[in-house]
Amino acid sequence: MLTQMDRILFGDNQFFGVNHMSEEKARTQSMRFQDIGAIIEVLDDAYAEGIRTFMCTTHERISEVCDHFRKHAGKYPGFKFFPCLPYAHKYANAAAELGVLGAVRSFLPQENALGALLKGGMSLARKDVEGLAGLLIDAEMKMFADLDTPVVFLQNVATDFLLGLGFDDAFRMFNDHVRERYGAEPGFITMNAPFLLQKLEKAGLQNPIICTNINKIAFRMSGGMDAYEDMIRQGRSRLIAMSVFASGALPAKEALDYVCQFPQIESIVFGASSRRNIGQTKQMIERLTPSSMVAGSAL
Amino acid sequence: MLRAAIIGLGKMGLSHQSMVNVHPEIKLASVCDSSGYVLDVLSKYTGVKTYTDYQKMLAEEELDCVFVATPSRYHAEIVSAALDRDLHVFCEKPYALDPEVGYRLADTAERKKRVNQVGYHYRFVAAFNEAKRLLDRRLIGELHHIRAEAYGPVVLRPKGGTWRSQKSEGGGCLFDYSCHAIDLLNYLVGQPIAVSGTVLNSVFSNDVDDEIYSTFQFSKGFYGQLATNWSDESFRKMSVKLSIWGSNGRINVDRQEVQVYLRSLPEPSEAGYKAGWNVRYTTELTKPVWFYVRGEEYSSQIDHFVQCIKTGAVAISNFRSASDTSLVASSMRADADKTRTSVALKDERGGAMGSEPPQSKSFVRSLLDRMGSGQT
Repeated sequence: MLTQMDRILFGDNQFFGVNHMSEEKARTQSMRFQDIGAIIEVLDDAYAEGIRTFMCTTHERISEVCDHFRKHAGKYPGFKFFPCLPYAHKYANAAAELGVLGAVRSFLPQENALGALLKGGMSLARKDVEGLAGLLIDAEMKMFADLDTPVVFLQNVATDFLLGLGFDDAFRMFNDHVRERYGAEPGFITMNAPFLLQKLEKAGLQNPIICTNINKIAFRMSGGMDAYEDMIRQGRSRLIAMSVFASGALPAKEALDYVCQFPQIESIVFGASSRRNIGQTKQMIERLTPSSMVAGSAL
Repeated sequence: MLRAAIIGLGKMGLSHQSMVNVHPEIKLASVCDSSGYVLDVLSKYTGVKTYTDYQKMLAEEELDCVFVATPSRYHAEIVSAALDRDLHVFCEKPYALDPEVGYRLADTAERKKRVNQVGYHYRFVAAFNEAKRLLDRRLIGELHHIRAEAYGPVVLRPKGGTWRSQKSEGGGCLFDYSCHAIDLLNYLVGQPIAVSGTVLNSVFSNDVDDEIYSTFQFSKGFYGQLATNWSDESFRKMSVKLSIWGSNGRINVDRQEVQVYLRSLPEPSEAGYKAGWNVRYTTELTKPVWFYVRGEEYSSQIDHFVQCIKTGAVAISNFRSASDTSLVASSMRADADKTRTSVALKDERGGAMGSEPPQSKSFVRSLLDRMGSGQT
């Protein structure tokens, strides 16, 4: 059965100093949100505005957010997390410091779970990539224990790196592990969606969930606007549009007019830091959403 | 179709592999690394042909070009071997640690008319290119000051297990990190004629420098300052920023945006720019790439290499420009050993103008040493 996805998903870039347009703005945001309470406040605002899905990285600070939602589960009925892993900077920085193998080794389970530790060592020694990938996914998913995670995403740096290498089997491994271990549907974040979709289909993954940049100025839509629009219209994937405002380069109405013209785009993910902004954006998406979509969505 | 090979599969080599492998005009023939482990995994899952000995690979494979991404100290030897076989060469920065070797290899590559490129990827960031265009156009007038800063989280603990923590391997902030900022200065405003007041300081590392400060002179009345530190985790990833002052205004530029302040609009006027502040963002300046992994500039530089091979053009970042960058870095290293002027009244100086240069020692290490020996 297909997992139902909300029309509107709430993103987390704004909480972790990610801003594709201004480093200064990114720094201001990371100062504001260094207190986890400030993040929770915004998530509370989003919840109050009717948003029920938080699509987030596995940044170590998200584990504190998870703690809060576990502790106050009664306050947030219907709230879901869409984890996106791995948190790539962690791996990239470790690879520069420890080498590629050292980085993998450093993220395998270290403490307590003797079984996992042995399994990790064995997988590493046997070059059992599938076993290793499973352990690394489990390590990142640990923070979401007991929370609802119906879709688990592979982050774009990982997806696109593997896509470039031609390591197509990795997508199948991710698919299998996420379904079997978490009963969740896998999703793939990418900057190269038309090319990725071909590869996923070849790997036997039909109608996959793909989260990708879709915006009017084709910002980071590799393959080009035409290939993207063809892919959207063909409807062979379940699409989540991200970067719809192209990091603020587009006015909200113009940006959403473009994305909402495609009924094939199932969901839109955006990040915001104020209740007013969250509410306005949500209302605008709802107003522009084709009526044919509303019945089937979770609006 | 160009036949390519990659030598060295660390972070950069693997990153290149993922882009080279899907470039429509390249056929990735083989890869080479000293780690059989990484090779086995790649061979098993991607089917790429692998070698552990690059000499053997160069001898056996029919190649047009090679990407060199080994630890820095092997660059010169491998580049030289590739040029001996008349290959076009893309080498990771800093390319040659010794500028004399660098210039010699540049001579060879130019004589053989082989495309030679170095992975100074900031030369492919749209915002820096827009700044360069405005500087070439003399929009902010006569330049009198430039400041280059690069900060990021690379070395955050006293111990590191790779070549990056070994001076003998070309590790250290100067050649492994600051060189990006030096190269950008060279690209935007030309090579300095002198360096002074250079500081190579350790924050965590025992054997290498973690932060670098220096003063550059570009011409009479035009000076610059460089500040780089790779032990700063308050930045999520490497951040490079330039601030440039001229007689008609200033430019601030980083990867994301170009901010331009103009005292007055010069004649002929520049489309999109007015007197006062102007801001242009990466979203409008960046051209799309055929495949995106980790930033357009990484894809663009590979495509640029391919286009240069096809057209015979000289690469934007080449062996000669990278040797210029190494020469500046070497001059800074020499400058750091020079005596400094003491802050003291004339009498106290005892006739000598200066004191011994400060010894570079890890600040954290010194603290630990002192705590260990019970000193305060």
